[in-house]
Amino acid sequence: MDKASTTHLTGFTLDHAPVQIEGRVGERLSQALRDRLGAKDVKIGCNAGDCGACTVLVDGAPVCACLMPVQQVAGRHVETLAGLALRDPDALRLKESFQHHQAAQCGICTPGMMVAAVALLRAVPQPDAGQVQDALGGVLCRCTGYRKIIDAVVGAHGADTLEVSGQELGAPARRFDGLAKVEGRDLFGDDVAPEGALVARVIRSPHPHARFAFGDLADFAARPGVAAVLTAADVPGLNAFGVIPGFIDQPVFAVDTVLFRGEAVACVVGAAEAMLSLDPEDFPVTWEPLDPIMTVPEALAEGAALLHAGRAGNIMCGGRVVCGDAEEALAASDVVVDGFYETSFVEHAYIEPEAGWAEVVDGRVHVQACTQATGMDRETLAQVLDMDRADIRVLPTAVGGGFGSKIDVSVQPFLALAALKTGKAVRMCYTRVESMMSTTKRHPARIDIRIGANSDGTLTGMTFKGDFNTGSYASWGPTVANRVPVHASGPYYIRDYHAQSRAVHTHCPPSGAFRGFGVPQSAIAQETAFDVLADKVGMDPLEFRLTNALRDGLPTVCGQVFQTGVGIHACLEALKPAYDKAKRDCAAFNADNDRVKRGVGVAGGWYGCGNTSLPNPSTFKAGLRGDGTLVLHQGAMDIGQGSNTVIVQIFAHAFGVPVADVTVQSADTDITPDAGKTSASRQTFVSGNAARLAGEALRAQVLRQANASDTADITLENGLVHVVDGDRVHPVDLSRLDPDAEGYVLKAVETYDPPIAPMNENGQGVPYVQFGYAAHLCVAEIDLTLGHVTPVSFTAAHDVGRAINPLLVEGQVQGGIAQGLGMALMEEFIPGRTENLHDYLIPTIGDVPPIETLILEIADAHGPYGAKGLGEHVLIPTAPAIFNAVYDATKVRLMRAPATPARVRAALKEAGYA
Amino acid sequence: MSYLSPTTLDEALGALDGPGPVAVIAGGTDWFPALGERAFVGTMLDVTRVAGLRGITASGDGWRIGGATTWSDILRADLPSAFDGLKLAAREVGSVQIQNAGTVAGNICNASPAADGVPPLLSLDTVVELSSQRGVRQVPLSDFITGVRRTERAADELVTALYVPALPEGARGGFTKIGGRKYLVISVAMVGAVLVLSGGRIVTARIAVGSASPVAQRMGALETALEGTDLAGALACVTPDQLSQLSPISDIRGSAEYRAEAVTEAIRRTLTQIMRG
Repeated sequence: MDKASTTHLTGFTLDHAPVQIEGRVGERLSQALRDRLGAKDVKIGCNAGDCGACTVLVDGAPVCACLMPVQQVAGRHVETLAGLALRDPDALRLKESFQHHQAAQCGICTPGMMVAAVALLRAVPQPDAGQVQDALGGVLCRCTGYRKIIDAVVGAHGADTLEVSGQELGAPARRFDGLAKVEGRDLFGDDVAPEGALVARVIRSPHPHARFAFGDLADFAARPGVAAVLTAADVPGLNAFGVIPGFIDQPVFAVDTVLFRGEAVACVVGAAEAMLSLDPEDFPVTWEPLDPIMTVPEALAEGAALLHAGRAGNIMCGGRVVCGDAEEALAASDVVVDGFYETSFVEHAYIEPEAGWAEVVDGRVHVQACTQATGMDRETLAQVLDMDRADIRVLPTAVGGGFGSKIDVSVQPFLALAALKTGKAVRMCYTRVESMMSTTKRHPARIDIRIGANSDGTLTGMTFKGDFNTGSYASWGPTVANRVPVHASGPYYIRDYHAQSRAVHTHCPPSGAFRGFGVPQSAIAQETAFDVLADKVGMDPLEFRLTNALRDGLPTVCGQVFQTGVGIHACLEALKPAYDKAKRDCAAFNADNDRVKRGVGVAGGWYGCGNTSLPNPSTFKAGLRGDGTLVLHQGAMDIGQGSNTVIVQIFAHAFGVPVADVTVQSADTDITPDAGKTSASRQTFVSGNAARLAGEALRAQVLRQANASDTADITLENGLVHVVDGDRVHPVDLSRLDPDAEGYVLKAVETYDPPIAPMNENGQGVPYVQFGYAAHLCVAEIDLTLGHVTPVSFTAAHDVGRAINPLLVEGQVQGGIAQGLGMALMEEFIPGRTENLHDYLIPTIGDVPPIETLILEIADAHGPYGAKGLGEHVLIPTAPAIFNAVYDATKVRLMRAPATPARVRAALKEAGYA
Repeated sequence: MSYLSPTTLDEALGALDGPGPVAVIAGGTDWFPALGERAFVGTMLDVTRVAGLRGITASGDGWRIGGATTWSDILRADLPSAFDGLKLAAREVGSVQIQNAGTVAGNICNASPAADGVPPLLSLDTVVELSSQRGVRQVPLSDFITGVRRTERAADELVTALYVPALPEGARGGFTKIGGRKYLVISVAMVGAVLVLSGGRIVTARIAVGSASPVAQRMGALETALEGTDLAGALACVTPDQLSQLSPISDIRGSAEYRAEAVTEAIRRTLTQIMRG
């Protein structure tokens, strides 16, 4: 018998260094590497081999470290990204090319991707795209859309010749935080807790609706290794959290009754080893399951039980936008198209599960976790803990994807309560199943739509009724309800319009914020109905859209008139060359193929940046120290989208120095002012403006020191500040100025809040001061026999006002399209059934076709240097563009998302296809 | 509580002969996901270091696939074209990471209705070798898997090898998997086939279908009907009534009706794949 196994000591080589550990029976290699050997570059996304984030090389072969018993590597060589990035020749090239192509966005999948790519490059130094896809097919990415990763690996051998871009405003600069990501040094939610921290585990309901009662909690708390048991009784403040005033309704711990499967009822805190072996089944709680209401029709049925007293009919809230007389307009129309559409729950499926840690320091609570909203987290904690905000410090970690769900708190209240109760550092990381069952989802929608047009192709009127399954608690449901009627017209001129929405409670997980806040759902209905309408009036779908596109000076359905910056017409125009070519190519393809057909689909989209008719401020601080150091307090959360880069580019430009002269202080509620949440595509627009204002204000102060004109140049060199104004060069001696408490001799704090105005009862007003615009073209192939829809290519035109960083723009576009593709074709979260990443399918590296991005810059009146937000706009036109490609190829109108092969095949058969 | 990593078969079989249950582990690619987040309590028997258990060798007129042979080993092996279906299946097992660790024997022991390896192995008439201290026995794969997650393996037995009997001259294999995305996907329907052709016509056919019944099955009636047909004739043979022995279900991956259609199409595509060469 192997000696090593009986002594439990496992010796192996880790990144060329000998190591020896005593692993438990059943311990995964991934856990041993992270917990025993500090290899935090090995990321754990699923613990089931579904995501590949934990990929390491064992004797050169890539394996999932989460599926390998640690004892199995005895005597073998294990290589992880951190080690490879130091000296491996292929990894060194990949480091360069990953940064150059922005193949790493949030960075959580990057170790898995790069390690798998190293194995490929060792065998095939110059792989083609197909070989890269085969080799990296086991690693999921939710941010990039994969194409940049493919480019980076294919181009790795050419990395030595890559030209490094400038960093100025408008340049395709590499991410400023990118190096740490490609070296495995970036620290995410589960990477930062101190050694020896206690571990918290949440006890959750296995039932969607149940009453419950605890047994002997004190007895359980006295178990060896258990430090504390927390329930609602341990919440000193408000036992509720939420994101919208008036809708703070989700308990930290349920009391007596749970309203969704996965709802927290208690939390056990204890030593790591004890918590590892904790079986939640042993927890003293008894359940009395109750009949759940899982669908909107059930919830709206006469006499249905109410989830929340005071929300009659289970209707949480609604939204409404009305202009003109839609019914009359439809009655007078030459052609009317109607339809009922349905979409499903969509899971954010970021590869990083929620994680973090907390401790008590001098009576103050510090919470560090992955988040999209440090300021709101602190607000929530202050209420829950009944503490002054000043006594709470929220620090983010790097965020391994968010897409909306990490705006809401998850681990934060548990961690803070546990740290306060035990007085010790406490950490926690959700399991994949826990993350999927308990955090927010995209709202499933049920949409009735009617749209009319005249025979000349002009739109006449539209009615829209949307019911959104908002799940058990409010989260961002009210935002979806408000936002959808404003956007449901699409970026088109419709004089007579009637749109209403309702958010309906069910015993499903809370639906919340997810890239697009309900607009991707409404766009499916509106944009696909357009193609049927165009068909009926005998017009080309692209021409139809161009005919009706909103333009400067034409009112939106909210009566808002933009005099500049309406970019949808230009986006649609930009697609024309690709469209004409695609039409020809598809016709040729279809002439040669009987059972597989190709079609071309287009769709437009718009998205208002920032909160809907609500204040949405961002505050930035910048200062100069006596030694000439220029500091920007950058509080905007970078969740992979790139605010750590873009905001600094804006600030440096405003102040008038190269980016390299700026020292950045990252988000920390103790030192950065509140930049607001990373959501609603607002950071480039709102925080970008705040950073611009701070830069300009600080610049003005420096220029005053030298009595220089506005056009003067500022240089910072070796701690010396010079102002160059024409021929005059003024040294500015900062050391003679008195520093303030923060050490700044000059400082600027500036706030930007978009000048929105309230909407009236008909939704007329100024919901947003800025919209961004997009139009997508998709060529898709439809397998008539199997119902498979395979996108072949995308062309995406985006009006971003001003591309602060074109490389990051492309990254947002490609990643958004991948999410739109998933929503269109495969993603369907079913509570209790698809709570993992093998039953819930997101696109893999083989599912996203080439994407051409066309960047348009039609300046916005309010954005910094004309820039518009982008993140959410992207996935709005994607799904309808795919569906319209299917319609083009087959005349079959898809009205249910996701359009899985079985559903597409059923629709084809119904339409008479054999 | 121990982790056993024997280097000889005797030691491995001895470890299985004890009173308590022992978890046999090779690649771990099904074992850990099944364990989930629970802590494991018990004894693990790692068979990956047992001498002679890994690799593919000629055995008599046929082939022996050792019990610790990985899917990547299958892909790298120099095998006749009857194994083409098995090789295609090997590429579709999860991902490269899974193929590097996961074993062929583990795939059949896991006994998932959607096991990628089972249809091609059935089409190869694979026989399973079970060893224990009581002795060695051989069970046809079609009898080895008895239900969803159930096999003929007794607690003290180890799957030490899979035998593929001598293959007819010129036999060619094929495989088709239908799923919801490109990689990392559990199949909706799957077909493995081995055909012997002569002058463009089928002499003998072995067709196996997975994911359409609790246990993957050989399609006996269809195999008989295919004899003597050319490609057009073969495709015409694949009709719903030839598939009545299957019992496709509706689940999140597709309706029963869709599955039945997908099976039909997968068989046709596999036949075309092999017959067009």
